[in-house]
Amino acid sequence: MGIEGVGARVSRKEDKRFITGAGRYVDDMVVPGMKHAMFVRSPHAHAQIKKIDVKAAQAMPGVIGVLTGKELKADGIGNLICGWMIHSKDGSPMKMGAWSPLAVDKVRYVGDAVVVVVADTKAQARDAAEAVEITYKELKAVTDASKAMDKGAPQIHPEAENNLIFDWDLGNADETAAAFKKAAHVVKMDVINNRLVPNAMEPRAALGHYDKAEDHYTCWTTSQNPHVARLVMSAFYNVAPENKLRVIAPDVGGGFGSKIYIYPEEIVCLWASKKTGVPVKWVADRTESFLTDAHGRDHHTHAEMAFDKDHKILGFKVETKANLGAYMSLFSSATPTYLYATLLSGQYDIPAIHANVKAIYTNTAPVDAYRGAGRPEAAYLIERMMEVSARQFGVSPAELRRKNFIKSFPHQTPVIMCYDAGDFATSLDTAMKGADYAGFEKRREKAKKAGKLRGMGFSCYIEACGIAPSAAVGSLGAGVGLWESAEVRVNAVGTIEVLTGSHSHGQGHETTFAQLVAQRLSVPLDSISIVHGDTDKVQMGMGTYGSRSGAVGMSAIVKALDKVEAKAKKIAAHLMEADEADIVIENGALKVAGTDKNVPWFQMALAAYTAHNLPGGMEPGLKETAFYDPANFTFPAGCYICEVEIDPDTGQTDIVQFVAADDFGNIINPMIVEGQVHGGVTQGIGQAILEGANYDASGQLLTASYMDYTMPRAGDVPSYKLSTSNTPSPSNPLGIKGCGEAGAIGAPPAVINAITDAIGTENLTMPATPQKVWAAIRSAKH
Amino acid sequence: MSEVSLTVNGRRVSASVEDRTLLVHFLREHVGLTGTHVGCDTSQCGACVVHVDGKAVKSCSMLAAQASGSDVMTIEGLANGGDLHPVQAAFKEHHGLQCGFCTPGMIMTTVDMIARHPEGLDEATVRAELEGNICRCTGYHNIVKAVLAASKTMSKASKGKAKKAA
Repeated sequence: MGIEGVGARVSRKEDKRFITGAGRYVDDMVVPGMKHAMFVRSPHAHAQIKKIDVKAAQAMPGVIGVLTGKELKADGIGNLICGWMIHSKDGSPMKMGAWSPLAVDKVRYVGDAVVVVVADTKAQARDAAEAVEITYKELKAVTDASKAMDKGAPQIHPEAENNLIFDWDLGNADETAAAFKKAAHVVKMDVINNRLVPNAMEPRAALGHYDKAEDHYTCWTTSQNPHVARLVMSAFYNVAPENKLRVIAPDVGGGFGSKIYIYPEEIVCLWASKKTGVPVKWVADRTESFLTDAHGRDHHTHAEMAFDKDHKILGFKVETKANLGAYMSLFSSATPTYLYATLLSGQYDIPAIHANVKAIYTNTAPVDAYRGAGRPEAAYLIERMMEVSARQFGVSPAELRRKNFIKSFPHQTPVIMCYDAGDFATSLDTAMKGADYAGFEKRREKAKKAGKLRGMGFSCYIEACGIAPSAAVGSLGAGVGLWESAEVRVNAVGTIEVLTGSHSHGQGHETTFAQLVAQRLSVPLDSISIVHGDTDKVQMGMGTYGSRSGAVGMSAIVKALDKVEAKAKKIAAHLMEADEADIVIENGALKVAGTDKNVPWFQMALAAYTAHNLPGGMEPGLKETAFYDPANFTFPAGCYICEVEIDPDTGQTDIVQFVAADDFGNIINPMIVEGQVHGGVTQGIGQAILEGANYDASGQLLTASYMDYTMPRAGDVPSYKLSTSNTPSPSNPLGIKGCGEAGAIGAPPAVINAITDAIGTENLTMPATPQKVWAAIRSAKH
Repeated sequence: MSEVSLTVNGRRVSASVEDRTLLVHFLREHVGLTGTHVGCDTSQCGACVVHVDGKAVKSCSMLAAQASGSDVMTIEGLANGGDLHPVQAAFKEHHGLQCGFCTPGMIMTTVDMIARHPEGLDEATVRAELEGNICRCTGYHNIVKAVLAASKTMSKASKGKAKKAA
């Protein structure tokens, strides 16, 4: 490892623009003639649209256009789609209802877009939006997935009878039933995984610009995957053919999944730009973000685990109702199925598993992947189950886990995944040592004397990242391949541009990707630039989500680097009249091994472009592209231990220590990996004790601002104790597993296990607010 | 309409704006300084913190007209030419930022916090003082580290200056 290469703690190249106010986010973009859009949204959770009167709005100052769904449909703009087909257990395809970018005859959740107003200023657009008169006939609404299939519940889409989108099975029901018959112990649980709002700090935004002379569209948008946005807007929404549509995702202020999807607003801004003849910009207010960004989680689950007399797990049975909201968002069907039930084996050797998932429409914001996506739901379920089982058996939660750990690899689970590497016991031991497990009882006693309740909770999570082998996900219903692409462009003076289909919205790719190139080609970090986020520059890409940019995105760069290196060595060998097999790259030069003969890197690059003296038949230039399709998922795993202290008089939980011992495979930049864990764990703690999106029975979102939805703040969380013990992934050339989501996956069960340990009752739902904890303490006493 | 005239990062700026124009929108749209961000609509997130007459202010909670006659400093005015302010340098060194969106507000809040605590800062105080700034990426761990480090650097520097003056 050099000071700038793989494994080095390099401070970030991209930081300078962010700390000086020079970042360029979508809302910072100004195009000559640009006007502003405001959406008129449904105030009702479920209603028929009887009449839309835009006359008064059209007459307001500064108004350029007031456009409706009827006009949008007349121009042939398509409905939004979900790109992952799930078949129910009876073989029938999922029942997807229509989602028009602007509602035409019915609205299905509070925030559903109905009309767009374009005006000179945002304030004028806002004023005019208030003057749009829409007559609704209100319908009964349902927001709770556990009630949406009840008799008499309102029917949300005609396509989905009883609001059931699919009824899907994974695993083997008969083998699982047989395992339960043999069981000495069966532990049963009902678990709710609370609904969350992702809350990237930069609200979603879109700027659509139609160039009449070129018949060409440009869309600046807050996207984690601009190429996917172009593909979907082109192929499904009929905005424009791909060659007439450029999508740019410049600096993007966080995503956490919520900026994967293609939403109505970017489609409408592009269409409205053509319709009105001006560039149209829309930036969400925070309340709009709460109402319309895809939410996360919202599972109701009943689970049963069968154990033999020695507490070895025999079987696991899971029934989940997943709330998908009012419309199926782009990857919404994959989250509660292949990203959830395939991880239900956790870190444990479980011979038989059967899962049933019912996906259900409700009159709420669409639900899709949010940091972790399905895997936090699986980890919460399994890790609560392990802790509760240990308590019921009166054994140590650590030892119950250890007894059931998978110990040899590869390990084929009963739910598709084949774990290729890991060392779960080492992570557990590291975390226990880090948390001073041995000293816990003393600390508990001390807290008790001070009138406080102290508890400790474990979480041994596993996830599947490096998404994903294209053929495998294709066979499971994915509408796209999940490879990644890269281009390495060596310029004539030896500087390098790397064009990647991954997209950085906080992950630090401009640094880590450059570290990889610096290491391989022995050039300074400053001579390498990472280019991303523009469909006109980067050949193609699938974007950043599912902790895939290291494992998949960087692997594509490795493939392109292999080709660059091979050609560079050929050129150098030719220039030095040496054998190319003898050429090594070090200290900024290509050398003949064991001699002092060398060609500086820049000289070789110049030779590639002057083309005066190249090996016979070689093309000039030095630029290579590659597509990388992963061989398998990767399996980051680890052990988290949370220790809490609770004031029984107020129910206030203090997280007094949080220890994370992760296995991420090989690491490019430990500083950046730690930052990912800090952020992920904080979101996990947020889910456990602070955050929850609550709808009332009529479908109004009660938590639609930072006054109502509790974001984790600096005073709510501690400093963290992190460590890693890494087993390289055998599935990609860098041995990387991925680290972006682990914290959000592993933290919630550790926190709730700690709180329930402290208060002595399992009867607690997330978020475990002081009020709920206080009530649980009281109910346990009586 | 309101006539607004103020100093932004040492430069005189005048404009006629709608009465309802907030200071943050004035800075972003009229002055063209887009480093100050809007992350919410309830004055909770702190992405828009600037200094008005030397004090940290959420620029979404003030009309441009109210700031008329004031001396405003934004994130763009913090560095001294090519030299980063010690707080900017500490955020970079300690990886106190990821997506960068909350960062300008975090840094402006921190500069003000350190100025108000010449005696130095501890972790509990820093966490309490950051109550008005939300970050979704970093989990605050490295922000707290950066603030503490910058506070140390700046107090050393000011002690050094005091010694020289003596």
